[in-house]
Amino acid sequence: MVQKTLFFRVNRLNKLEIKQLAMPALGPVDFAVAESETVTLTGPSGSGKSLLLRAMVDLLPHSGEVCFAGQCCEQTHPVIWRAQIGLLPAESFWWSDRVGDHFPPLSDEQLRWFGRLDLDRAVLDWQVSRCSTGERQRLALLRLLCHGPRVLLLDEATANLDQAMTLQVEQLIKTYQQLNRAPVLWVSHDMAQTGRIADRQLRLGRDGQITEVRV
Amino acid sequence: MNVIPLSALDLMAAAGLVILLAVLSMVLQLGLGKRILIAAFRTTVQLLLIGYVLKTLFERAQLVWVLLLAMIMLSVAGYEVMARQKRSFSGLWGYGLGTLSMFISSFTIALFVLLAVINVDPWYTPQYAIPLLGMLLGNTMTGVALSLDRLTQGAWEKRGMIEARLILGEDWRTAIGEIVREAIRVGLMPMINAMAAAGIVSLPGMMTGQILGGSPPLEAVKYQILIMFMIAAGTGFAGMGATWLGARHLFDDRQRLRLDRLREQ
Repeated sequence: MVQKTLFFRVNRLNKLEIKQLAMPALGPVDFAVAESETVTLTGPSGSGKSLLLRAMVDLLPHSGEVCFAGQCCEQTHPVIWRAQIGLLPAESFWWSDRVGDHFPPLSDEQLRWFGRLDLDRAVLDWQVSRCSTGERQRLALLRLLCHGPRVLLLDEATANLDQAMTLQVEQLIKTYQQLNRAPVLWVSHDMAQTGRIADRQLRLGRDGQITEVRV
Repeated sequence: MNVIPLSALDLMAAAGLVILLAVLSMVLQLGLGKRILIAAFRTTVQLLLIGYVLKTLFERAQLVWVLLLAMIMLSVAGYEVMARQKRSFSGLWGYGLGTLSMFISSFTIALFVLLAVINVDPWYTPQYAIPLLGMLLGNTMTGVALSLDRLTQGAWEKRGMIEARLILGEDWRTAIGEIVREAIRVGLMPMINAMAAAGIVSLPGMMTGQILGGSPPLEAVKYQILIMFMIAAGTGFAGMGATWLGARHLFDDRQRLRLDRLREQ
């Protein structure tokens, strides 16, 4: 398995491809996010943006294919697939009392990411219940990045953050993206934000179809 | 010593107490008066019926009839397990899950005790087989129902947490592990408590019955210990089996949490 992954890493681009992905009331949709590319996804609430992201990590039954670096979801073990395709849901959930229990062993580089979001490493010993909504949102992002996914699917990653922190989060994600040559699909309602970060912009309509927004 | 036979009049005296209770609950407007009477009536009819069934069964101790009665007991227990859950699995799983685990656990243990421990001949002698199985099933049913209820309820309430763990690349066993352990604990607790309190706080019903029936207390106690161990093992194994099977069925082959497999409330 390891050898196979290495083989693809050198031979295939880190491209995320969605082919004829469909669920009840959604799609079929086709689109792709290239290596190191940031694509934003907007659309009215209830159009199924979150459903689409959840189907891409294979949490929901769907038809069609999602492929990353030439490997398709159906041919990959679900645990390996989800470890690669990192989803940040709009609402973060915590299953243990202590913040640190949700993180894998951390490298020095990863600990520096905490500082970039104005969080001290002591936060790892905090009780989750003590953290504010904004802190939890930042911690959920750090938790995801520290697990080392190769693709980022972000659902309203900065919804509860002020302007300054929003920019810091955007920069951290940019760093991670460049480091891992990762495709990033970012659901956002904030038009200023999509303008800042997007290489391309997609829009999911009420009809469940995806269209490209010309900027 | 022989049992002092109870006459219909004796039972009616006891029934008077229940009627008094029903009247009192009507006066207090508990809304239970009718239910107390119906339940008391059911007890009378059901127990009289099983009394006749056992009487007939004991007169002609045939394997077929013992097995038939065992199957009826099992299927009623299986239904009870399903009915006691707030959100059971839909379809065949709702009934089959509890029934199958109770079947495997209770029947194996009953067979083991009949063949290897009590060593009664023939092994299906109804005087031993039916009461043993009845006590096993009755307790196992409670344990399995508690475990499954906690499992499905836990998965429903903690759906976000389970999915958050799946998203981060954990497998289903880890993602639901905490809920599974809690469900098994909840199912086992009543039996552990009963073992701990037996003899001090409560005199178990079977032992009391044997003593009333004229058995020497120490013989009755030995049987009671045997029964307690049987029930503990039976409840534990069935609870673990049902919880594990149920947890597995909460996920599909792509390890997605499938709460749509639970029945709508």
